[in-house]
Amino acid sequence: MSMEEKQNSLTFQDFSQSVLKPKTREDISLIIKECYRKNIPIEVNCLQSKKDIGRNFQTEKTLNLSNYRGIIEYKPEELYIKVKAGTSIKEIKTELDKHNQQLAFEPNDFGLLFKGNHDEGSIGGVVSCNFSGPRRFKVGSVRDHVLGFQGINGRGETIKSGGTVVKNVTGYDLSKILSGSFGTLTVLTEISVKVLPKSESSKTLVIKNPHLLKALDYLNISLSSSSDPSGGVFYPEYFTNHFTFNDLTHEGPFTAIRIEGPKESIDHRIKNLCKELELNINEALVLESEQSKILWERTRTLEVFSKMKTNLLRIVVPSSETFEVTKQLRPYEPKYFIDWGGSLVWLQLDKINTKILNDIRKIVNKANGYLTVIKIEEDLKASVDIFSIDPVKYKISEKLKKSFDPKRILNPGKMYSGI
Amino acid sequence: MPKVEKSIISNRDEIVSDLAKIVKSENILSHQDEMRPYETDALAVYKQSPMLVVLPETVKEVSKVLKYCNENKIKVVPRGAGTGLSGGALPLEDCILLAMGKFNKILELDYKNRCVVTQPCVTNLAITQAVQNKGFYYAPDPSSQIACSIGGNVAENSGGVHSLKYGATTNNLLGIQVVLMDGTITRFGGKAMDSEGYDFLGLMTGSEGLLGVVTEVTVKILKTPEVIKAALIGFSSIEDAGNCVAQIIAKGCIPAGMEIMDKALLKATNDFCKAGYPTDAEAMMIVEFDGSEFEVDSHIKTAEKIAKENNSSSIKISKSNEERLKFWSGRKAAFPACGDLAPDYLCMDGSIPRGKLAEVLKEINNLSKKYKLPVANAFHAGDGNLHPLIMFDASDKDQLRRCEEFGADILKYCVKVGGALTGEHGVGIEKRELMCEAFNNTDIQQQLKIKVALDPNSLLNPGKVYPILRKCAEEGRVHVHGGKTKFPDIPRF
Repeated sequence: MSMEEKQNSLTFQDFSQSVLKPKTREDISLIIKECYRKNIPIEVNCLQSKKDIGRNFQTEKTLNLSNYRGIIEYKPEELYIKVKAGTSIKEIKTELDKHNQQLAFEPNDFGLLFKGNHDEGSIGGVVSCNFSGPRRFKVGSVRDHVLGFQGINGRGETIKSGGTVVKNVTGYDLSKILSGSFGTLTVLTEISVKVLPKSESSKTLVIKNPHLLKALDYLNISLSSSSDPSGGVFYPEYFTNHFTFNDLTHEGPFTAIRIEGPKESIDHRIKNLCKELELNINEALVLESEQSKILWERTRTLEVFSKMKTNLLRIVVPSSETFEVTKQLRPYEPKYFIDWGGSLVWLQLDKINTKILNDIRKIVNKANGYLTVIKIEEDLKASVDIFSIDPVKYKISEKLKKSFDPKRILNPGKMYSGI
Repeated sequence: MPKVEKSIISNRDEIVSDLAKIVKSENILSHQDEMRPYETDALAVYKQSPMLVVLPETVKEVSKVLKYCNENKIKVVPRGAGTGLSGGALPLEDCILLAMGKFNKILELDYKNRCVVTQPCVTNLAITQAVQNKGFYYAPDPSSQIACSIGGNVAENSGGVHSLKYGATTNNLLGIQVVLMDGTITRFGGKAMDSEGYDFLGLMTGSEGLLGVVTEVTVKILKTPEVIKAALIGFSSIEDAGNCVAQIIAKGCIPAGMEIMDKALLKATNDFCKAGYPTDAEAMMIVEFDGSEFEVDSHIKTAEKIAKENNSSSIKISKSNEERLKFWSGRKAAFPACGDLAPDYLCMDGSIPRGKLAEVLKEINNLSKKYKLPVANAFHAGDGNLHPLIMFDASDKDQLRRCEEFGADILKYCVKVGGALTGEHGVGIEKRELMCEAFNNTDIQQQLKIKVALDPNSLLNPGKVYPILRKCAEEGRVHVHGGKTKFPDIPRF
């Protein structure tokens, strides 16, 4: 064996196994190199909390990153944390809590939806899926908080981009293209994420109101006001039994607007906001800090859909279109709630088939939005598009995929057939 | 730069007549005199006349020009307002300079979705001006905002002094329409937040015109804060100022802007514009908060307390908007003030971890002694962006050489402490040869593969960002001679 062959030979002993759980970056790289050499497609996953999102695809091997975990470096004063990709969000949060800091993008927790218990998964999974919680419209999405990464591309090569500083325009911003790529371009190994201080306090203005149009109006005024809200949702009638709070005397549909910051500023901003919304005292109430936290946790974790057996769609549209889109969807008898201050519709359907999904997608696309199938009956999954794409973008995406993963070995077909 | 294709240049007349079938003939400039304004961007040390300048008026024209150039293997360099500081819009001898100047209209003010749809050559400031009567603004504010174009901001991922709180262009962009080198017209993103599939919007932002030509931009706009207040704080040591920055942020107060100037710059700017700075201090910080009145007052109080704990020598809080703007006037005059102190200066643009400020400044002072050249430092402390200004006389060849070596040493040190080669000016041709300080060959090859995927013949802005020969030349700065930049009237800070 030549020196070069020796260096390239797999030190990771168990390549013969179908599920590989390497502990070092070197081993991850060797596994991918081996797959590249032998043309073996490999599924990349970690804690599998979001595994069911995306198309079904078959691979001979699975690369599970759950053993590649740990915090590499946490600098609270520099506002970043650098972690191995398999580190759980839970572990990261526990560490950030010690310094009163947070992941401001509030990743959605799909654990309740798929498994019936909370599971936010790993940072690698959160970045790969790029699903952001209620604070999205204020602080940006997951991708806006990724400062840099190191990963293994489809040739088994270690690549990096970005760093740990917020301002960096050196070369292409590959952190962005990997965010939301569902592991189809590169196996993330290390990720540097921007962290932010937790707000001193948070309160939520709850407005009793059953009408979507009125709710969207409240949300729009709030987001355009100087009250600087950090959350805006509307829960219709059918979800109200999910929300019983000590502070909440009201049982019925409601719009909720979160205000965060120093304590005295919150009261002042809520007061001003009530004036702007022309609310009278009977229409609204305020959730204090603890109760407020619970409401937004329930929103972030999609609790109203927990253990749901049926189908869930994620629809994002410009907020000016939300009313019209949901109106057109009425014939399909959906249950939905509105997040992101009016732009995000989480939509549950008891009955779905290919035609219904295509029709809904048409309505959403016409409104300049997009639709992602989050959960769907297993026998339908193979025959519907989970993500939508137009032919021009498909062509470009195909080329991009090739530049990272020329033999299509990383999560092939997870997003689109042929990519 | 890439090899000049003599055969293309010798076909110039034919190319002009072909292009005249695509765009109006008055929109093709071919005389040297007409093309002179396009020879350089704001990195004026580099000058090159293009083969032709083409000024398209519609997206279809852009598409047809690019398709034609792609089929005929003609290089294209896109250009917005030409205010870039890293030579990104520098023409090549055998290129068509695609000047986007006629794309200068705002298309839609959409208050319901809190966004503005605009053509790319509208200036950054014009967007804010268009919406400010309704109490909105566009957050990223590069110092050249009165002149730089929003399309150029997308290409460079421009920042500004408010990046820590509000992010750079990439964080404030909702969508773009782009034309690829083969003439494909497509849209990435739109008025809806995020987009499905690969984040091409994120990839295009900051790609310095190498991947596509931006023909339309949708940006989000924010509500103007209720109150803005600033504090001017003097320190008797850089270390104290640095600690103060870290502690303010650790307390959970995220300032809208946070600037530090060292003694040299403090004195230069105060002499220049009488901003009332504490000139006896070793370092001075301007910290600005925005938001509701209670929030701002609470943050200012916290900042004041932390400053005192860190041995601040003076604290002044702005009592009016006029006073606040006066605090900034000196900082904003940093570049011209240095222009007064020496015949030439070089402005560097490194990013460093906030906590390394004292260490890096110490190293810069050591280097200043080593190269026997004075230096003044401005620092966007909030986001770690350092702008050292090296003063020298370019007519003295030895000083020029020392200055260039000094500049490259600073950037290398920024990378060494965990920072970046460029925080906001871009790589362009200026820092191209330093890319190997930040990336290894595999990293660069991966990036080049993306380039080839979207532009297989490497015709769009070739020779920029990525080193052609893997050598680390001693380059990387903005050179200003006799206080004259390409746009002397544009503030730079």
